[in-house]
Order: sequence, then structure tokens, then C-alpha cells
Amino acid sequence: MKLALKNCLIINHNESFEANILIEDEKIKDITNEDINGDNVIDCHNKAVLPGIIDMHVHFRDPGFEYKEDIISGSRAAVAGGITTCLPMANTYPVNDNAGMTRYMVERNRKLGLVDLLPIGSITKKMEGKELVEMGDMLKAGAIAFSDDGLPVGNSEVMRRAMEYAKGFGSFIISHSEDRELSQGGMINEGEISTITGLSGIPSASEDIGVARDILLSKLTKSHIHICHVSSKVALKIIKMAKKERVNVSCEVTPHHFSFTEESLLDYNTNYKMNPPLRSTEDQEMLICGMKDGTIDVIATDHAPHHTDEKHIEFGNAAFGIIGLQTLIPLSLKLVKDNKIDLNDFVRLTSYNPSKILKLDDRGSIEKGKLADIIVIDKDKEYIFDDTINQSKSCNNPLYKTTLKGCALYTIKKGRLVYKFPDILI
Amino acid sequence: MEYKKKDLTGTKNLSAEEILFILETAKKLKEINSREIKKVPALKGKTIATVFFEASTRTKNSFEVAAKRLSADTISVTSSYSSTLKGETLLDTVHNIRSMKTDIFIIRHPLSGAAKFVADNIDTPVINAGDGTNEHPTQALLDILTIQEHKINLKGLNVAIIGDIDHSRVAKSDIWAMNKLGMNIKIFGPSTMIPANIEPFECSLASSISDAIRDADVIMMLRIQLERQSKLLLPSLREYANFFGLNNKNLSYAKKDAIIMHPGPINRGVELNSDVADSPQSVILNQVESGVAVRMAILYLLGIQKRRNK
Repeated sequence: MKLALKNCLIINHNESFEANILIEDEKIKDITNEDINGDNVIDCHNKAVLPGIIDMHVHFRDPGFEYKEDIISGSRAAVAGGITTCLPMANTYPVNDNAGMTRYMVERNRKLGLVDLLPIGSITKKMEGKELVEMGDMLKAGAIAFSDDGLPVGNSEVMRRAMEYAKGFGSFIISHSEDRELSQGGMINEGEISTITGLSGIPSASEDIGVARDILLSKLTKSHIHICHVSSKVALKIIKMAKKERVNVSCEVTPHHFSFTEESLLDYNTNYKMNPPLRSTEDQEMLICGMKDGTIDVIATDHAPHHTDEKHIEFGNAAFGIIGLQTLIPLSLKLVKDNKIDLNDFVRLTSYNPSKILKLDDRGSIEKGKLADIIVIDKDKEYIFDDTINQSKSCNNPLYKTTLKGCALYTIKKGRLVYKFPDILI
Repeated sequence: MEYKKKDLTGTKNLSAEEILFILETAKKLKEINSREIKKVPALKGKTIATVFFEASTRTKNSFEVAAKRLSADTISVTSSYSSTLKGETLLDTVHNIRSMKTDIFIIRHPLSGAAKFVADNIDTPVINAGDGTNEHPTQALLDILTIQEHKINLKGLNVAIIGDIDHSRVAKSDIWAMNKLGMNIKIFGPSTMIPANIEPFECSLASSISDAIRDADVIMMLRIQLERQSKLLLPSLREYANFFGLNNKNLSYAKKDAIIMHPGPINRGVELNSDVADSPQSVILNQVESGVAVRMAILYLLGIQKRRNK
């Protein structure tokens, strides 16, 4: 099978150029300015053609909470959002804390094959923060890294040993860094908005303390730590300092943290309730600077589906988190439009850096010999993000039913055209 | 003037004009409470539902008396609330009651924003009788009505609000409302009970109880919620009384004609010493009296509005 993409504006993390792409089977066979032909030809009309997005942080809720999402609906939403590789978190039920569970996820995904699913195992059994999981077994079964996301390991000794043990297998820890005692009971960022709304606050310091501890442990154990969804400017500053000191730390930011602020919560809209919470405008601005200056390595969605019954209730009882697979591109393109980042930065943050962090040498750029994980982006397409577009089982996103600009027009996974806006082709 | 909002969820979103209009209406209705026959037919045929997810005797009774004085029928739902208990949702509860063709909801709930959430999702007026640590608007209105009855002008009055500001919905509603009416507010309490960011309050923070009370026209002591406080916010009631309680001695810093207020119920010897609680300067019982008038006013304003809409 040969697929030809003609008149592409190819965007890699370090270059942009016009060319045609010839794909044979799973791989990029050639990139050329010569005329090419294939069994299937797509004229890209000089639209931006990017490497498929690697999303290092998703919740597919499978097994256990299939009423929110499952691996099939999740991967459909992923490719509709231009994402071709996903790392699902371990807070399923039962928890992904053993090789059998990891194997279940990998196998269930393989049948559909819309994306590559690289499960993140839990750090501790049942995410209880006590006993380490069998990391070696789980890596063999297809896991890629370890995290007790959402229930961060409180005990520093446990965290230290986890970092050391993972390092021994060539893997690493992904940390939702938070001092849970300091943040307990909190619902939104502690600041003026929590004063005005009477909603209890989560101080930035709870995140900053968590990040500082994890960085110090990373230094102690000489192992790589990846910090999830940085939201506070102080945490970012700590990461920047650590990088300067050559600590092996990487970090991610979510589209919602660089797009929204705590001001959105004045209306008690539960679709802005997430953890870490939306912070101040100043935090938001610093995050965007961090994306540009390299302090932030990755954009990840923290796609967190919840049923309407868990969101359309009193604010205090509502679940934390929003879906984000299909809003990553439009929200990021807004930064491009506002000249905060360029498309090369976008590629660096969504595929090149993740491929380096995850040691996935077969992807991360559009290059001869790499996997044909490719997306074609339409920057100007305007559409209403409603049920005809949304592929997730859930719709907990503040942008649901609003007009978005920019989307993945085509998504190609391992040489197969799997998505053409707005339809899944498989 | 008329009150055009569908609900009363807080004082934060009220204008000075709206506040004063509700208070003027309350003053007119207050006289009914001194009549031999304390009843007018203003809301005859209306059904008012009080839905309380938190214990209350004073506020609930005050609302019910107010409704009855206006000839409305009342039904009352009291429900113990637990966030961990899976039961009927808040919206299902109110929709069920609404199906009995009730006309106005009065809601108290332990979560901030709960009254607004119900108001946004139901077609009848909702009155917030206290939501979490957010607002308790009728308490603020009755406080201001009481002040009006003792002072000539609201504008420029010095008000000291002392106690657990962070967890007090009464303090919040008072602060939002009093600011709009041009009153000068000073707050004070243990630092653990002052929100981390007080800028939105547009008030000053006192450094001691004498500093808070100095030149005050109005002293509002908040109730220490014994059941709510952990030892992390407050080591002991004894220490609280020493540093944050009002007694005859520190009262001398206030203006001679200062009035003493408290939303009740009082913890005698903690936030208020009996010598001041029972002094002529105390207007605590006047507050309770004003409460009925203010609640009659808001029920009336929302009740007739509904009638007009039909």
C-alpha cells in the first residue's frame, strides 16, 4: 500500500519546508519535491503537515469506568484530535498495577489499532503509596513509565525507591506533584477568586512543595522525573532552576492551564474544576513563556472524562478534570495565532520532545524511515465542538458546544488514513 | 423601583439601589409584626418551600414566620447531608418538591454555590439561606436594617467585623453589601481565620481587637463554630476569648454610642462576654426582629413578581 501526500508544508521541530511525502506500509518511504504517486493520493494544498501528536497524559477509564470512556472511544477521540500515541494513566479500576492489567489494555487497543497505547503503570500497588509494583514485568507487558497520578506518593522514601527501581529498568516516574495535606478540601486556586466565591482554596505552595521534593529525589537518585501538568509559576521556576543544575527533570503543561485562568470560576462552572486548579493570569503567562523558552518540554492533555451526573451537580461535589483530546490543537493554535509560539514549537512540545523523553526513536518528526504517524492541520477551519465532532463518551469541557478554530483535517496512523475531519475512517 | 432578579443568591451581585429597596420594603412590612392580628394576605395561595441541608432553627423559623405573616403556605424539607452518602441529588430533591407546585425555594446547603446552582436550574425564585462559606444574604440585609434603625446615615459608618471571617458566610455577605453602601469595614480575627487574599473585600485588616474596635460605630462579633473548628485554626477557646473576644474593657475603644451585633447563637464568654451581650448597646435581639421583616420583604418582592409573570 502506498499513500502519497502532495503539496505538504512539512513542519518539524527545527524546520519547515514544502515537499511531497510518500508512505509505504507503516513508514515514510520518501520526502521529495519530485512528483510522486500512490494507491491513494491526498493533496494537502500547502496545509501544515506535522508528526502525529504523542499525548503523555490521558485517562481512558478502561477498565472500570467505561461509562465515562473506554479504550475504543478514547482512541477515537485521540485521532480526531491529531493524537497518534497515548499514555493512559493507571487510575483505572482495578488499578493498572500488574502485568495482566497492562496486557489487557495493550491487547484491547491492538484490536482497533487507531493509536499506539503505551500504558503508564501505577507506582504502588492499588496506588496506596506503600508497596512498589512489579515494574519489570509491567514494562515487558507494554508499560512505559509509572505514576500514581492524582494520588501522589506521600512518603518520600517510597518515592525514592520507586525512582531508583524504575531507573534500573530504563524507565522513569511521572509525578503529579502535590502536598495533599496542604491542598486537602480545596476546590480552586487559593487567591482572590476563592475569596470571592467562598470556594475553598488550593494554595500553589501545595504544588510547589511537591515539585521541589520530587526534583530533590530525582537529584538524589540520579534518575529522570517527569512532572505532570505544571500550573504554578513558582513550580515552573523550581523546574527551571533544577534544569540549570542539570537535574534530569522534564515537565508538561495542559492546554487548559495555558488557555484559562481562575477568573473562569466566578460562575461556579464545574467544567473549569480541575486539579491542579486553574491559576492566575500571571501563572498562565509564565507557563506560556516556559513553553517558548524550553522549561516546559511537553503539552499533554490530561484528558479526564466524567459523566454529566458527576459534573452537573454542586461545585463541591463535582469531579475534577475535563476532556481535552480534541481541544489540544485549537487551543494551541490560538497561541500560534497570538504569536506566543510557532508551529515548530508546537511540534517540539507535542511530538519531538515526547519521543525523546519516551525513547521512541521511530517517531517525533517527519523524516524518511520514521513511522508514518502524520497529521494534516487546517488552521482556519471553524466548527462547533458538539456531538457530531466530539468522539469521547463524555462532554465535560467548557468549550463544548462553542465554536472552535483549527483542527486535524487528516490523521494518518502507521501509514493508514484513520481520520478525515469529522469522521473516523475505521 | 422593583426587584427584577429571579432570585436572591447573594449580596455580591446586588446593587446599592436593590439593597436599599429591599430594606425600604422591609420597613413598610415591619409594622405588620406589631399588629394584633399579624397577618396580611399578600402571598395568599403561594407555597413556599424551605429546603435545609444543614441544621438551623433561627433562620428557618424566621423564614417560616415571615411566610406565614404574608399568608403563604410553607412546607419544609430537612435533610442531613453527607458528601460521601450516595443519595438523591440536590437537583432531584428540588425538582421533586417543585412538582408539588411550590412557588419559592429557600435553600441552605453546606457547599458554596449550591443555591446559585439550584437557581440556575429551576424556574422558580430561589432564596439563599446560607451556602457553605459563601453567602447568607438575608442575614446581611437584616444586619443593615438593624443598623439603619440605630444610626442616621449608613455612609461613612465604621464597622468592625471580628471572628472567623474565612468560614463566615455572614461576614462575606455583610462585607459585599456594606461596601456598596459606603461603610468603612475593618476585619479582625485569628490569622488562620482570615482568607489568604482579602483584596476583594476592599476593607482593612486590624492588628488587634482594640485596633479593630477603635472609633467603631458598629461592632459585629461572629460566632465561633465550635463544631467546625479544628485545633489547627484555634488552639483553645480560652485564648480566643482573651485575644478576640469582646468585653467591657475593650469596648471602651469604640464610639460611645457603638452598637454590638452578633448573628447568633452566642457563645457567652467566648466571642462575647455576658456584660456586653446584655448591655444596652447590644442590638442582638433587634437583629432577630429585623430578620422577620427583611425575609417578609424578599418573599413579597419575589412572590408578587411571580404573580405578574403569570
